[in-house]
Amino acid sequence: MTKLKTYKEIPIGGLIEKAGSSVEFKTGDWKAFKPVWDKEKCIHCMICPVLCPEDCIPVIKGKDPKRKETDFDYCKGCGICAKVCPVKCIKMIEEGSEGDSSD
Amino acid sequence: MIPVTKSKTHALTGAQAVAHAMKQINPDVVSVFPITPQTEIMMQFSQFHADGLVETEIVRVESEHSSMSCCVGASAAGARAMTATSSAGLALMWEILGVASGLRLPIVMPIVNRALSAPINIHGDHSDAMGARDQGWLQIFSENAQEAYENTLLAVRLAEHKDVLLPVMVCQDGFITSHCVQNLNLFEDNVVKKFVGDYNPKKALLNTDDPVTYGPLQLQDYYFETQKQRADAILNSKKIYLELGKELSKVTGNNYPLFEEYKLKDADAVIVVMSSTAGNTKVVVDKLRKEGKKVGLLKPRLFRPFPYAEFGKALVGKKYVAVLDRAENYGANAPLFGEVKNALFDSVVCDENKNVPKLKSYIFGLGGRNIFESEIEDLFNLLLTGKFDETKVGYIGLRGEQK
Repeated sequence: MTKLKTYKEIPIGGLIEKAGSSVEFKTGDWKAFKPVWDKEKCIHCMICPVLCPEDCIPVIKGKDPKRKETDFDYCKGCGICAKVCPVKCIKMIEEGSEGDSSD
Repeated sequence: MIPVTKSKTHALTGAQAVAHAMKQINPDVVSVFPITPQTEIMMQFSQFHADGLVETEIVRVESEHSSMSCCVGASAAGARAMTATSSAGLALMWEILGVASGLRLPIVMPIVNRALSAPINIHGDHSDAMGARDQGWLQIFSENAQEAYENTLLAVRLAEHKDVLLPVMVCQDGFITSHCVQNLNLFEDNVVKKFVGDYNPKKALLNTDDPVTYGPLQLQDYYFETQKQRADAILNSKKIYLELGKELSKVTGNNYPLFEEYKLKDADAVIVVMSSTAGNTKVVVDKLRKEGKKVGLLKPRLFRPFPYAEFGKALVGKKYVAVLDRAENYGANAPLFGEVKNALFDSVVCDENKNVPKLKSYIFGLGGRNIFESEIEDLFNLLLTGKFDETKVGYIGLRGEQK
């Protein structure tokens, strides 16, 4: 976590004085459930990257686009990707549970 | 009063005087919504607009809540924004008043003070401005049309000063000042424009070369720090008010003290009262002085931030002080009285001789009820006897009560 600034160091009025700073706001630690993606089963239909509200499913662009692993720095665990997956290759599991191998 | 620059004497109401100030300021955006007795300001300003004398974008909104929201948006976008209101209009703005000051937007808003409902009443008292006194806005109270005009000019510079960046209310008494025709001096456009200058916001939403976000969420991590900045800025504004006042004095020949002391230095009995009633009190002070009575007036001008130390210094050592509020404060000290009492406590702690005046709170003029010179004279005479019960709030002009 970054060191919090004093009242003498921050812009007045709570202003954010630069563009695109939302990437610094890691919302990933909000999630209680996380998506587990089965790479082998995935057909790269591109439905989940489009519908992800956090835009945190990276895609390798091209004629034949491929999705990559979810960016867990931003994934809030909403489960929309799992819900919309036509081949059911995304499972939502509780963070820190037995099936969670990410840590 | 000897104007330093050329001026012309006009016969105008207080509301028209403020509209003339707005014409000379030529704000980028003015939001308008009618409410008695403020409407006269915007009627006159709209006339200037229709005559092509200002370049302002006038936005006709559907409520005062929208009116202040419009100013917030315009100001954040980088515009010099103004509006004006009274009474219920100010009350409806309440939510957005704190947004304006919290985002540090230098909006200037003339207020024509009027009673709050209920019962509904359109006449002048200070309950509207007093209800909004702790929203981070500076408040300047004007005795007459001349002061309202000049305070409005001063307010623009004050609000926009880099060490202030807070909104300012410029108050005048409803009808008594706003609708009575008075002689006043209007200074030449070019001189006023030079004083007011251009508005160059440091951060503006419309400046896409330097992007900025106004109004993001701040929770436990930063909200507290931002409030401290606002608290410091309003305290700091007192110094800037005096500095800019000196600069404006060079234009107008008038002074802009924190409060006016009228024959106060050697006075035994003092009345503290603001806005138009201070004018009546001066007449009475003059009359009683001719009779050899040591009476004086202290007229607050800058009410927010409240100049505690200066007030205490001016009043400590006086024998009798009556503080006249044109507003009730239900369940607490009347607004002005409470501040004066606070100020005296601070001073007395520093004053070895403990010369605490006998201090009494009076309420008068609610809902625009007249206060007469005879009543002020009676009050001075009562104060000079020293025989009054300072533990009770006094009422002037109220049926069924004794002073």
